[in-house]
Amino acid sequence: MSKEGVDLGKRRFLTAATTVVGGVGVAVALVPFISYMMPSARARAAGAPVEVDISKLELGKKMTIGWRKKPVWVIRRTETNLSDLETLDPEMEDPLSEVPQQPSYTTGRIRAIKPEYMVVIGLCTHLGCSPTFRPDLGAHDLGGDAWKGGFFCPCHGSKFDLSGRVYAGAPAPTNLVVPPHKYLTDTVIIIGEDQGVA
Amino acid sequence: MKMLTALLGWIDARFPLTKMWKEHLSEYYAPKNFNFWYFFGSIALLMLVMQIITGIFLTMNYKPDAELAFASVEYIMRDVEWGWLIRYLHSTGASAFFIVIYLHMFRGLMYGSYQKPRELIWLFGMLIYVALMAEAFMGYLLPWGQMSYWGAQVIISLFGTIPFGIGEPVSAWIRGDFVIADATLNRFFAFHVIAVPMILLMLVVAHILALHEVGSNNPDGIDIKKHKDENGIPLDGIPFHPYYSVKDIVGIIVFLIFFAVVIFFIPDLWGWFLEKDNFIPADPLKTPEHIVPLWYFTPFYAILRAVPPIFGSQFPGVLAMAMAIVVLFLVPWLDRSPVRSIRYRGAIYKIALAIFVISFLFLGWLGTQPAGGVYLTLSRIFSVVYFGFFILMPWYTMIDKTKPVPERVTDK
Repeated sequence: MSKEGVDLGKRRFLTAATTVVGGVGVAVALVPFISYMMPSARARAAGAPVEVDISKLELGKKMTIGWRKKPVWVIRRTETNLSDLETLDPEMEDPLSEVPQQPSYTTGRIRAIKPEYMVVIGLCTHLGCSPTFRPDLGAHDLGGDAWKGGFFCPCHGSKFDLSGRVYAGAPAPTNLVVPPHKYLTDTVIIIGEDQGVA
Repeated sequence: MKMLTALLGWIDARFPLTKMWKEHLSEYYAPKNFNFWYFFGSIALLMLVMQIITGIFLTMNYKPDAELAFASVEYIMRDVEWGWLIRYLHSTGASAFFIVIYLHMFRGLMYGSYQKPRELIWLFGMLIYVALMAEAFMGYLLPWGQMSYWGAQVIISLFGTIPFGIGEPVSAWIRGDFVIADATLNRFFAFHVIAVPMILLMLVVAHILALHEVGSNNPDGIDIKKHKDENGIPLDGIPFHPYYSVKDIVGIIVFLIFFAVVIFFIPDLWGWFLEKDNFIPADPLKTPEHIVPLWYFTPFYAILRAVPPIFGSQFPGVLAMAMAIVVLFLVPWLDRSPVRSIRYRGAIYKIALAIFVISFLFLGWLGTQPAGGVYLTLSRIFSVVYFGFFILMPWYTMIDKTKPVPERVTDK
């Protein structure tokens, strides 16, 4: 190829212009491919509320319900459980639930609409394992007499109390999440719908 | 015969077949002093081929669907003719592949195979290693057992720890749902059987091309191209084929004997290659009592757990784990030693490498133990040792007393 009579300025302009236009084209073409991998419309719509009958739940026991494919626990707390919560305050990362990990109607240390029934998403706020229910008071492996019942995450050792509040110093940074929920009747809870919303 | 020669001539006029054969096999001169440690490159290639072939056959019966996946694997194991063998070759093969790769990498550290001019070989190799980890991780989700599910949940949640509000969208993007679900399984299948293997193959080609461009290192760490005969052939070199092709086949057969013992008698290696909890179908509502990644990830997992949360975020731990891999990429530039091979290095490097290997193995073991107490303290100590090996490398390789390197390769 002869270099004679070549307009280098024009050649440089054409190289730059095609590169820029091509680059923009590639960037725009990436949008559908990247968006394709986001949760689909069906996945987004799958969060329908779930009704739970809690009439058969015994004192001190837990039941697990699937909501948005996540485990949701309902724990029926005893009087002792509830009075223990306050004594645990100093050990907690966020004793009064100031970090918004719950709807506005379940704040404080009780974190529930009716103190007796604790409703919480059973996934550790650390890396998403489902902690084990350990209601046994004074469990040896969990600190002996100081253990007032709660949850222990087998993956990385985070501990939570019966309000889903995380113990300070655990790998989990925040309290367990309380899902939006409301009471339909005295014994039926709807998970996934806020209280006061029709 | 004449016709075959004519055919070869016809092809060679159109495609560089003979040229490639010569360049990479019959006239690729490798140092004549390769030892035991030089088997693992070929064996790694064999494992890649084995994983691809067994993988293709597994996809014939596997169903990438959250409802069907677990049962389809059991179906392969029980009802498909020889299905159990193909599946065990693949699942146990994955662990064997990592053993081979780790030994191959250790060889590189021993003989300075990453030093100038082989930095790119090392970088391509590291990329292969990372791609292999991605491949193994995504493959482990496919049987849709309890460990598949919760292991993936933990690892993908790692991305959720990225601060500034980026973490959550990124992990949702990876999962394709708000939890690990059918969408996740389906896309991991796509990556596991198409995307990553393709990347792996391209990287392996680049790894070998880079190697053949500069020539193989050897246990003496000597440049054999310095002494050539009148034809320009290194005096200490022998053609890869037939010398090393035959030798490697012997190594491969010995390897396959050990491999067969595991496949036929202890395919799960007592829970190390296939975890017991993975024989339980995935249950999104219940985490197994004790979840651990497979052994080849546990050193990095131990480092992840060794770092406490800082400012209420687990991100520093994730960063430390990522750095533990990134730092390996930098080895060619961290090593300031004037010699390559451990044979001519001083005591400091030998001790450093030994301590590194011990800490890596210990971290691997600690990653399988529950977090907390003495295990946590040990993980922290060994994590510091792990990083110390790399961070202090420029310093201790520089002050280390080296021995004079011979001109020609030795007989050992």
